[in-house]
Amino acid sequence: MSLTEPFDRSLANKALGGTDQDPTIKTLTMNFGPQHPAAHGVLRMVMEMDGEVIERLDPHIGLLHRGTEKLIEYKTYLQAIPYFDRLDYVAPMAQEHAFCLATERLLGLEVPLRGQYMRVLFDEISRILNHLLNVPAYALDVGAMTPMLWAFEEREKLMEFYEGVCGARMHAAFYRVGGVHQDMPPPMAEKIGEWVDGFPKFIDDLENMLTENRIFKQRSVDIGIISPEDAMAWGLTGPVLRASGIAWDLRKSQPYEVYDRLDFDIPTGKTGDCYSRYLVRVEEMRQSLSIIKQCLRDMPSGPVLTENTKVAPPRRGDMKRSMEALIHHFKLYTEGFHVPEGETYTAVEAPKGEFGVYLVSDGSNKPYRCKIRAPGFAHLQVMDHVCKGHMLADSVAVLGSFDVVFGEIDR
Amino acid sequence: MADLFEGIWWSGYVWPTLITVLLILCIMIPVMLSVAYLTLAERKVIGWMQLRKGPNVVGPFGLLQPIADALKLLMKETIIPAGANPVLFLIAPMLTFVLALIAWAVIPFDEGMVLADINVGVLYLFAISSLGVYGIIIAGWASNSKYAFLGALRSAAQMVSYEVSIGFVIVTVLICVGSLNLSDIVRSQAGGGFWNWYFLPLLPMFVVFIISALAETNRAPFDLPEAEAELVSGYNVEYSAMAFALFFLGEYANMILMSGMTVVLFLGGWLPPVDAQPFTWVPGPIWFALKIAFVLFIFLWVRATFPRYRYDQLMRLGWKVFLPLSLFWVVATAGFLVAFDLLPTGTN
Repeated sequence: MSLTEPFDRSLANKALGGTDQDPTIKTLTMNFGPQHPAAHGVLRMVMEMDGEVIERLDPHIGLLHRGTEKLIEYKTYLQAIPYFDRLDYVAPMAQEHAFCLATERLLGLEVPLRGQYMRVLFDEISRILNHLLNVPAYALDVGAMTPMLWAFEEREKLMEFYEGVCGARMHAAFYRVGGVHQDMPPPMAEKIGEWVDGFPKFIDDLENMLTENRIFKQRSVDIGIISPEDAMAWGLTGPVLRASGIAWDLRKSQPYEVYDRLDFDIPTGKTGDCYSRYLVRVEEMRQSLSIIKQCLRDMPSGPVLTENTKVAPPRRGDMKRSMEALIHHFKLYTEGFHVPEGETYTAVEAPKGEFGVYLVSDGSNKPYRCKIRAPGFAHLQVMDHVCKGHMLADSVAVLGSFDVVFGEIDR
Repeated sequence: MADLFEGIWWSGYVWPTLITVLLILCIMIPVMLSVAYLTLAERKVIGWMQLRKGPNVVGPFGLLQPIADALKLLMKETIIPAGANPVLFLIAPMLTFVLALIAWAVIPFDEGMVLADINVGVLYLFAISSLGVYGIIIAGWASNSKYAFLGALRSAAQMVSYEVSIGFVIVTVLICVGSLNLSDIVRSQAGGGFWNWYFLPLLPMFVVFIISALAETNRAPFDLPEAEAELVSGYNVEYSAMAFALFFLGEYANMILMSGMTVVLFLGGWLPPVDAQPFTWVPGPIWFALKIAFVLFIFLWVRATFPRYRYDQLMRLGWKVFLPLSLFWVVATAGFLVAFDLLPTGTN
């Protein structure tokens, strides 16, 4: 074949073992996961690749499906709460919050002020807990392993706060319809305060390792760009949406609990790439710290759980003396409380984005339907759109920056 | 007659062979031990950098950990995947391992303490380290796995690219020395202390060499062939037991070898850092080992610090940054030496 002869694709294909009827060179189909160190759990992605470049990416989900929504239909409202811990197990309390808020809305129940502050306090602790896992996990996905191990030390301290307040490190089941289960033990506030003072140093260290690191920037800047229009069209929420430049945060736009009394900023990115998602999360950690500080400062004394004994259990002391209290207790823990007929969609700003609960009540003691809107699910669906044309290594970075956790996606 | 024949046979062949074998063992056993303890050192050093302890259960301070690891790998079953080519599949790790060891023949540990004092030592080293890519690419192909294959492809491209800049760095040093003999390279850095070593006048080349050495040995931030986050474990994903151990040993022996090359070329080999009394008492091999340990520490430090390059970025760095830079430096060095009439007068 002379050099002037035009390239004949079918000839090349024949030489590669194909037929000349099929004049395309086949793409390499790769199975990424479900047992893959960077799959963030049990994600399976079928990739069609041209060498290292991704042509099509097809996320398969469902490997962690437990039927949470259906199970909740067979549980009383109180029994349903622990299921929410197990959705996004990286920031458990934020999910409980959504469910409790939805139930309270149906009941028309007010939460005592201290309870609201407690919820906000632990929401923000959960947010840091989440970002402390996601930011270094993203770094690990692009190859930097040290931040991960540093962050686990800090996460451990936060989990101790979880443990201190409710006895469980992860699956807290701490929020109740009408407030939270218990007040903090006395030295807890000081302990959290001490930790809040020390934590900025850790964020600085973390940023020192990553933010201006040349390789880290090469791996994240301009990778996986999502335009603001795309971000809205695909239903993205949370840091992923804000990194695209849209300052949408439920804590500001439709404040629940005491968020409207607190002073904090919503960090947004400009470019919508992996790097801005990283920066937004780091800044959110700092904002959460300031919220925690304000909560500790402003928290009034008083009950943390509603006094309405139709919904919340009576005090232990009352049960020893009052027959009525004992009956309330018995009814609450056997039959549960009845929720008036109605439906609500209630969402909170979970660390990963808008975590919503669509709750339908038929007036019985169990939810008729509980649809859960997990932010990670929407994030995962743009994977193909975002990763097309990127390289294999970038898909891992993009996945890391989307912060997917399969507990909530598969439900 | 019979006695005479026997005498010649004895003294002419068997004796030298035995001595050579003994010498080889004298190099191999310390190298293997260093490899074993390099794995421990890596885990310890990275552990400290990550605020944890590293292995500390097997033996005092975890000192028996490498032995426990080796035993575990020995006991395991060597699994050969159904689709694999069994012959090539098993040859690949052996190749990697053997190549990592035979390069040590020309490394001088002290004045005259070298197994093969050949005049083309540098070329020999260069040839051996180039062959290293075969072990990996054969492993990737023979495994019949997509991850392993992608890892092998990456590794082939990467090692070939960085070999080029390593070549020019070595040429720069050779121009200054005027010999390809590794002992001569060290000798030419003698007299004075560390300011006579080549890492100072050739500082940019020293940096390029260390970075290329990281790429050549597939270490972070260039560990794409075994990028855990993308390719699970890259070319050795299908390997288990001793076949895996051989890859592992080969990789770490290569790390020590590249550190040895760095020390010989840039850090004055066995020479003490200051040519004065207390330093000259310490024997040469110890200085040599200490310097290697220092370079290895840099390897580990880098691994704990940096993220991983992407494939195309790595290629860009190799071809568009290091190659022009080292090429320029070769010309600049040669021009400088010619202009000021400083070219070394060849001894042979």
